[in-house]
Amino acid sequence: MEALSNKRKVMEAKPLTFLERIYLPAIFQGLAITMRHFFRKPVTIQYPEQTREYSENFRGLHSLKRDENGKERCTACGLCALSCPAEAITMTAAERQKGEEHLYREEKYAAVYEINMLRCIFCGLCEEACPKEAIYLDGPHVTSDYLRKDFIYGKDKLVEAPLNQ
Amino acid sequence: MELADIIIKFVLVVIIFAISLLIALYSTYAERKVAAFFQDRLGPNRAGPWGILQPFADGGKMFLKEEIIPASASKFLFIAGPSLSIFTACIGSAVIPWGQKLVIAGHTIDLQVTDINVGILYILGVVSLGVYGVMIGGWASNNKYSLLGAIRAASQNISYEISMGLAIIALLLVTGTLSLRQIAEQQHGFWAHGWFTWNFFKQPLGFLLFIVCAFAETNRTPFDLPECETELIGGYHTEYSSMKLGFYLFSEYINMFVSGAVMATLYFGGYNFPFMDMIHSPNLVAILGVVALFAKVFFFIFFFMWVRWTIPRFRYDQLMDLGWKALIPLAIANIVITGIVITFLNR
Repeated sequence: MEALSNKRKVMEAKPLTFLERIYLPAIFQGLAITMRHFFRKPVTIQYPEQTREYSENFRGLHSLKRDENGKERCTACGLCALSCPAEAITMTAAERQKGEEHLYREEKYAAVYEINMLRCIFCGLCEEACPKEAIYLDGPHVTSDYLRKDFIYGKDKLVEAPLNQ
Repeated sequence: MELADIIIKFVLVVIIFAISLLIALYSTYAERKVAAFFQDRLGPNRAGPWGILQPFADGGKMFLKEEIIPASASKFLFIAGPSLSIFTACIGSAVIPWGQKLVIAGHTIDLQVTDINVGILYILGVVSLGVYGVMIGGWASNNKYSLLGAIRAASQNISYEISMGLAIIALLLVTGTLSLRQIAEQQHGFWAHGWFTWNFFKQPLGFLLFIVCAFAETNRTPFDLPECETELIGGYHTEYSSMKLGFYLFSEYINMFVSGAVMATLYFGGYNFPFMDMIHSPNLVAILGVVALFAKVFFFIFFFMWVRWTIPRFRYDQLMDLGWKALIPLAIANIVITGIVITFLNR
């Protein structure tokens, strides 16, 4: 068979030399290596007290953004749900009533907006699909929980805190 | 024997027993901590400062776990196994001289439970008994993995006991006595008559053989085939749970402690330390001697752990090859060489 690359290296099984057969030099070498590690600084990050720094483009928990006046940007167009490869997003649209102009930026808004965090793969396609810059994956990790139903995050967990608070 | 002597002996027995258990308890913690440091981790550090309460948490867990005796197991033997295992582990420390004689208020306190003149034979006997705990436990579980583990333990112990005995015979040629107290006394100080007094410097090969066999006898890596997790689930203690499992694990650590003490006494001067003759208070020398002995023992326990986290396990045929084809011939050669050297030196 022809080699795919010229990187092939022929290995031959050499019989062990006497020093190799008595194991001891190799054992002392190994002991020296482990001893070096004994005095090395541990790499452990003690999680609840210390946290690792997230990278700049880390994609975590979603947040539904508000605009500069504190109105919700989402218009429930459904592009995020459409783009979602994991089908994690569902929403119900509603029409803005009189007197709600300070809450929602446009005439239509999401009355219910739910993301199933067990389905979500944090790919960021919803972020890319959104024409209103309403959804960003800029939060922390999704925390663990006991029940599956508790992983379906509604607007109470997703929408940004109001500006005046 | 006076009443006071009996009380002193009793107190000594209780103290040694308590110390063995405490050291075994903290060896489990040390093992986890040492393993962590060797792997660039931190190890248990949540229970108490630096995790020093961890062994108590582990022990409490062991006591509270459900006790399961398999339906097809032989109940009496199933309980006898771990009991025998921990019993033989504990009685080994009876002949070890922990220090020189203390003199307090006119009473001479011998820091040794009993100075029998066949101390080494006693140790060998106890070590051989130790395998019965493992054998009985593995047999009584009525589980093929337990049985395989037990068979491995038995054949391994028998193979390595021979070279251990032969290594000790070479040592006996040097010391001329079986009493551990006298062996320790012969290694007084560190340097005398132009050579080191410690037996390690007279029997380096013998010590190497002895320590390899000690690893095998205590079922520690690289010879931990009886409990080889990758092949035999848990080996001989596969079916064990709660404190009976705890006893098996505990006896392993007590065995480590006792074999460390035996190695320190036989080869590394026991309670002797360099420049001990420069201190003139005999009681101070005795106490420092105890400290020196424990320092040596702790080093050996650390060494056991150090090796465990360095070397992978032997394959079973390699284990047998090493025992029968390498260690026993070496041990016999060691006896011959020692005999020749002693004959020449005595002329």
